[in-house]
Amino acid sequence: MASSLETINLPHLPPLPIHVAVYRDVQNAAFLKSQLLAGQPEYEYAFIDASMVLSRAHVIAAVFRALNDYSHSRLRSHNVHSEIVFSLNPTNNIAESFRRFGITDSTKDLLVIKVSTSPEITHETVATHLGSAVEGTSTSFDDQTLFELSDITKIKKSYKLGSLASPSKAADQIASKENVEIKQRLENALLGAIALRGS
Amino acid sequence: MSVDRVYSEPHLTFSRFNLTWAVLPTYILHSTFTMEDYKPPALPSPFNNTTPPPTLLTQGAEAHLYKTTSLNPSIPAALKIRPSKPYRHPILDRRLTRARITQEARCLAKLVREGVSVPALLALDWEGHGGQEGGWGGAWLMMEWIEGDVVRVALEKWEAWMKKASLDDEQTQAQEARVRALMRKMGAAIGALHKAGVVHGDLTTSNLMLRPVDTNDTNEVGLDGDVVLIDFGLASQSAQDEDRAVDLYVLERAIASTHPRSEGLAEDLIVGYRDSYKGAPSALKRLEDVRLRGRKRSMLG
Repeated sequence: MASSLETINLPHLPPLPIHVAVYRDVQNAAFLKSQLLAGQPEYEYAFIDASMVLSRAHVIAAVFRALNDYSHSRLRSHNVHSEIVFSLNPTNNIAESFRRFGITDSTKDLLVIKVSTSPEITHETVATHLGSAVEGTSTSFDDQTLFELSDITKIKKSYKLGSLASPSKAADQIASKENVEIKQRLENALLGAIALRGS
Repeated sequence: MSVDRVYSEPHLTFSRFNLTWAVLPTYILHSTFTMEDYKPPALPSPFNNTTPPPTLLTQGAEAHLYKTTSLNPSIPAALKIRPSKPYRHPILDRRLTRARITQEARCLAKLVREGVSVPALLALDWEGHGGQEGGWGGAWLMMEWIEGDVVRVALEKWEAWMKKASLDDEQTQAQEARVRALMRKMGAAIGALHKAGVVHGDLTTSNLMLRPVDTNDTNEVGLDGDVVLIDFGLASQSAQDEDRAVDLYVLERAIASTHPRSEGLAEDLIVGYRDSYKGAPSALKRLEDVRLRGRKRSMLG
């Protein structure tokens, strides 16, 4: 299966490339979750429920926060991958953050992130392992796909942003100027919440 | 400003050997010299290994403002750094810096949620780590980059242009109407800010920006565009008429002192403010008191 694993070098950060993949219609979410809970080192990924993600900027803000805390040895959770999931959460409750943003038994669409914390972890090793471990359709990590997979109502509820307007997914409105502005405003509110957690 | 304070080295050469201006290195005469010579404090991690390094734009007593890229390398961002103050006790220094930067970030995040036009908060670290030693080096805050001039520059350009252009009464009035429209927009933006329950604390024409819109008329000085409020370093959350009135009073005084030509047009600021939210009339009533006594409340009694 052709994998569309994307490797990103975030600006500002020390050389810690991240590898991101998106899978649709994942069949073995329960298995992946059990491996994660058992602490299997080869299954150490940030498994994120893609319905809780609005856009690239949304995930990357959480990754940046986790990596910055990681490089200053201030992690609040076990490792940098769980910290990414925790960073998505607007409050300080780690267990709650996994319930809300992490993989669940019923997860259909999955966003997977792996950080190259050691030189052995490369694009190839991650692509090979994910290709055999995740049973789903690989798709690209872009704003359009993420928006399609997102559950706006659930996201707004988690971030307590009920008063904001919801961007429409209807094909005839999706690109309209107003809709883009509504989405941008929601995204900015999410970024602010991520940056401010714990302040 | 005396020369010796800014460039100590060249000054020594100048006085000791009594060189004439003709043999002085030309770079001393460059106005950019001070900026090149000045060494700001080391950037907190992770920005000490950013390529290209962030460029310093301005510096205040509390913070340095840099331009850099956001987490998307193709989009620029503003980076505000509050360096540590070595003369303060380290524990107190951290506590004050943390309290102030999170205060600013909370105000920004709240205003973004309320839909007020301010730069979005992109990332924040209230305990940044310093350059080489790896210790405490100050806190930082990353914001959305706003294109355009600050209102002060736009008004200065307009005033300079008005001086040069010889306009008849009718044209002058048309030009002044443009400034009045800008003042009303500024008033409305401040009204939106106050409606959201935040007071700015340091409103000047330098802390208001004009996000430019595409204009086909290149002949005139740009006064159109959305007004964006910036620099919430002294902002706080308050819904008191007193604080709101002081905000407006400080801006009125700033306009009067920096743009004498536009002073008479500042009444439109109040016009724009009055209609912007429900609490505006009572804040304006208080403004009349503040005008009589000044920004500080009387300390008598």
